[in-house]
Amino acid sequence: MWLPASKPLQRWFNQRHRVLTCKVCVQQLCISSSQFTESCYDGLYPGHIPTTPIQKALLAVGSGVAALQNPYRHDMVAVLGETTGHLALINLRDRMRNDPEGYTILMERPRIRLSTLDLSKMSSLPDGSFGREYFRFLEDNHVTPDSRADVKFVDNEELAYVIQRYREVHDLLHTLLGMPTNMLGEVAVKWFEAAQTGLPMCTLGAVLGPLRLNASRLQTLFTTLGPWALLNGRRARCVLSIFYERRWEQSLEDLRQELNIEPPPITPSASKKRST
Amino acid sequence: MMRSGNMAVSMGLLVRRLIRLSHRNVAVSRAAVLSRSHCHWEPLFCRSFSDDRNTHFGFETVSEDDKAKRVYKVFENVAQKYDIMNDAMSLGIHRLWKDMLLHAMHPQPGAQLLDVAGGTGDIAFRFLDYVRTQQEQKRRREVRSMQLQSWQEISNSYPTIDEGGHQESRAVVCDINKEMLKVGKEKADGKGISAGLSWVVGDAEELPFDDDQFDIYTIAFGIRNVTRIDQALQEALRVLKPGGRFMCLEFSKVTNPVLARIYDAYSFQLIPVLGEVIAGDWKSYQYLVESIRKFPDQEEFKYMIEDAGFYCVKYFNLTGGVVALHSGFKL
Repeated sequence: MWLPASKPLQRWFNQRHRVLTCKVCVQQLCISSSQFTESCYDGLYPGHIPTTPIQKALLAVGSGVAALQNPYRHDMVAVLGETTGHLALINLRDRMRNDPEGYTILMERPRIRLSTLDLSKMSSLPDGSFGREYFRFLEDNHVTPDSRADVKFVDNEELAYVIQRYREVHDLLHTLLGMPTNMLGEVAVKWFEAAQTGLPMCTLGAVLGPLRLNASRLQTLFTTLGPWALLNGRRARCVLSIFYERRWEQSLEDLRQELNIEPPPITPSASKKRST
Repeated sequence: MMRSGNMAVSMGLLVRRLIRLSHRNVAVSRAAVLSRSHCHWEPLFCRSFSDDRNTHFGFETVSEDDKAKRVYKVFENVAQKYDIMNDAMSLGIHRLWKDMLLHAMHPQPGAQLLDVAGGTGDIAFRFLDYVRTQQEQKRRREVRSMQLQSWQEISNSYPTIDEGGHQESRAVVCDINKEMLKVGKEKADGKGISAGLSWVVGDAEELPFDDDQFDIYTIAFGIRNVTRIDQALQEALRVLKPGGRFMCLEFSKVTNPVLARIYDAYSFQLIPVLGEVIAGDWKSYQYLVESIRKFPDQEEFKYMIEDAGFYCVKYFNLTGGVVALHSGFKL
């Protein structure tokens, strides 16, 4: 059935075949019972979907277009991040490995989820503590830590954890930087993340986000918030290397100082409902 | 009341079915032996594994019970974006395929259609349109022939134009998945079609209809999702009237090798990506392209239809074999 086709065509076709065979091999071991479907999964981690380079390229383009057309499609933003962020993720992971606390995180793999957080305890912490401020942030902006998409298209199990951690730390970053979840706050956080992580998805969000701001907010962004976010993004310690789960009692100011982050010059009001 | 001819046919079918069953049991026990060597650490599950019969779900092997549940889940997930995805994946060509099915069918006014796995109603809507067009053409022909009549004769002819004399055409859309039927009903409401259309939840392997009910039975892009295709074919035979026609549109084997490679590349590289970007669901569309590969080719499916008891079984390749239209008659 196969014609002697050109080598590159053959190569990626064989790759696809290899990927499929590996999938089938894993599944052969799991066909004994449907109760095993949760513990048996194809790929390197639960939810992993192996993809060829062509598929990743198509996904990157497709998800980019879909995310631009409809910014409410968080799953498309997530897919864009996963398919374009390979080099940046390697960089991030190496930075985490070189930091002792980051190394601990890579070993212990903590997850920030409603099931792992003790919200009642956090709400009882004193004002000004990191945990209390994070709880206030969740309440004021009506968000939950469980709204993050799972990683699907990263072909390395450790890098998949790094990007998952990045997504879960995003809300904590809002608290650290004192930014609400309206458009201006999100753009400011994106600028910080772009400077810190170098993920192409953050850079794209940082460049295209301001297009949706009105004139006065654009002015605020370019004069005060923007430069502050960029400067702090560059000089701050890697935010993924902090074991936040063990620092709820720490004071927010203290944490900011440790991370080398200046307090925000102005705080855009959180009165508007979440617009992203 | 069974006629002797019917009796002979059903005996023949029964014998053929028993032979097939015995072959399958041999295959299952062979597979069970292989599996035991894999899961020697889980004897409990191995025992249940050898009891279940297995089938394919895309490239995966699953038990038959599982397949039905998983297929249900797939279509529940994709129902809202089903039509958009069809247009995106086939670049709109699926509309031509369905139009060709209707042209081959050439239904006449008064025909009773059963569209199984009809979900979002594409075939049923086309059927009703076609039949209405036929009816209007007939009326126009009649009116043209009625030239120079007195007012008495013209006024007498008004009721007959409306009645048509015999039964109105009816389309019944049957699908196992309630979500798909819901989408179909919404489409019908949007188009303003309600007369002559019914929506029924039912399993193609066990149709909730009496024998000898329908003139035409269609199943478009649905039969490869059925767990027991032979059973679905037998049910089709049962509910058709004698002289009724079975028509099946399904993805099949591409005959041209160059086109086949392009088609494979397109299917495996692009379609799941489209599924993820448009519908947010990679796995359902991965299942779709894999299930196409697992479906028997044109000749084998033709034999299966003949085995079920249909006569004059023919198939037509559309778009180079990407889709095949199979047709058979109950005589």
